[in-house]
Amino acid sequence: MTERKIRVLVAKPGLDGHDRGAKVIARAFRDAGFEVIYTGLRQTPEQIVAVSIQEDVDVVAISLLSGAHGTLMPKVVNLLREKGADDKLIIGGGVIPDDDIPALKEAGIAEIFTPGTPTSVPIEFIKANVRQ
Amino acid sequence: MDLVQLVKEGNRVAIARLITRAENEDPEAIVALRQLYSETGKAFLIGITGPPGSGKSTLTDKVVKELRKRGKTVGVIAVDPSSPFTGGAILGDRIRMSDLALDDGVFIRSMSTRGSLGGLSKATYNTIQILDAAGFEYILIETVGVGQSEVDIIKTADTTVVVSVPGLGDDIQAIKAGIMEIGDVFVVNKADREGAERVVIELAQMLELNANMGDWFPPILKTVAVRNEGIVDVVDKIIEHQAYLTSSGELCIRRKERISNELINNILNKVSAKITDKLSEENFWDSQLDEIIENKRNPYDVIDRIINGILQ
Repeated sequence: MTERKIRVLVAKPGLDGHDRGAKVIARAFRDAGFEVIYTGLRQTPEQIVAVSIQEDVDVVAISLLSGAHGTLMPKVVNLLREKGADDKLIIGGGVIPDDDIPALKEAGIAEIFTPGTPTSVPIEFIKANVRQ
Repeated sequence: MDLVQLVKEGNRVAIARLITRAENEDPEAIVALRQLYSETGKAFLIGITGPPGSGKSTLTDKVVKELRKRGKTVGVIAVDPSSPFTGGAILGDRIRMSDLALDDGVFIRSMSTRGSLGGLSKATYNTIQILDAAGFEYILIETVGVGQSEVDIIKTADTTVVVSVPGLGDDIQAIKAGIMEIGDVFVVNKADREGAERVVIELAQMLELNANMGDWFPPILKTVAVRNEGIVDVVDKIIEHQAYLTSSGELCIRRKERISNELINNILNKVSAKITDKLSEENFWDSQLDEIIENKRNPYDVIDRIINGILQ
């Protein structure tokens, strides 16, 4: 058996057009040896879930800057559960107020990374928490 | 329920999981593939290849949509390169296929080459088997952006579509050996750009010089894939080529070659792994290497001796 690759979907839901952060994190994940699937801007939660399933990713990393994290992130978690694909690690990143983070974690987002976080932090988090 | 049964039923979570196992060379994947084998051989395999940025993903997206309009189900394998340094990869082909994600008649899987150099990944063949067994009627295989010599696709696909674009070089490029020889259908994409007509003429001149062509003369089609122009013709020609392959008996010949290649590759991989194991067991390496460096032995005798020892 060859070394198992960690596969990550970097997802950009919502209506904001800012994907520089998503691209930087995708690149950092690549350099960490992950296989990164990037699907571009303005994906619906349904599309993100369908892609996560077809690509059998270990991690769904959701980047969101539009302020709609409270709605869209839990929706991804719930749809994955509905489709029987709830063994994935789901993390979020973007401009997300500290006050909102507990509710997101409650909803099933494993961790939230806010601006200024070094890229090594989510990488280490993924390595430590990904399904075996 | 077991994975094999779920794959046969087209369960998407199961299909995806089995592909992952095949990619990781998990022995369980081989167990499942053995059981699925009797269900395979029904899908028609279309390869899409061409240089980086020529529009392969966009063309794939549009061809899939046209096949869907004609009521066909489609699996897509999109291969992108892996980093030679970290083994990581950015798989971005899906950016051009966003609105196919929710179509139940389509299953798209992105793969990294994981170090393979021929334009595909080692797991491509097994992934085709899985999508075939799951019932997809057409399977499109999009190679990495290729240069001149990454021609593994012709050993894999039934029909190979080679995508060119204007502005890549003079007509000597068209007569070089390599990917320009392998097309069953040629597409000149971005045909709204200057120089498209010249590319068509150069391709036509190249094809006319091919002596051993058989009864199929590869068509050259112009497309502007982003605007969906010319796509119906591309799909028509692919279907025409499919009919030609079937009626001429060429399909059988191609598939036999493919299976023969696949068997040889797998046997060589296994044998080479065994030999590597064996050589690392015996620690004769160091002394032999020293003797070669000191010119006491020559490498050719050493090779013969080791091989004769293994083959006994």
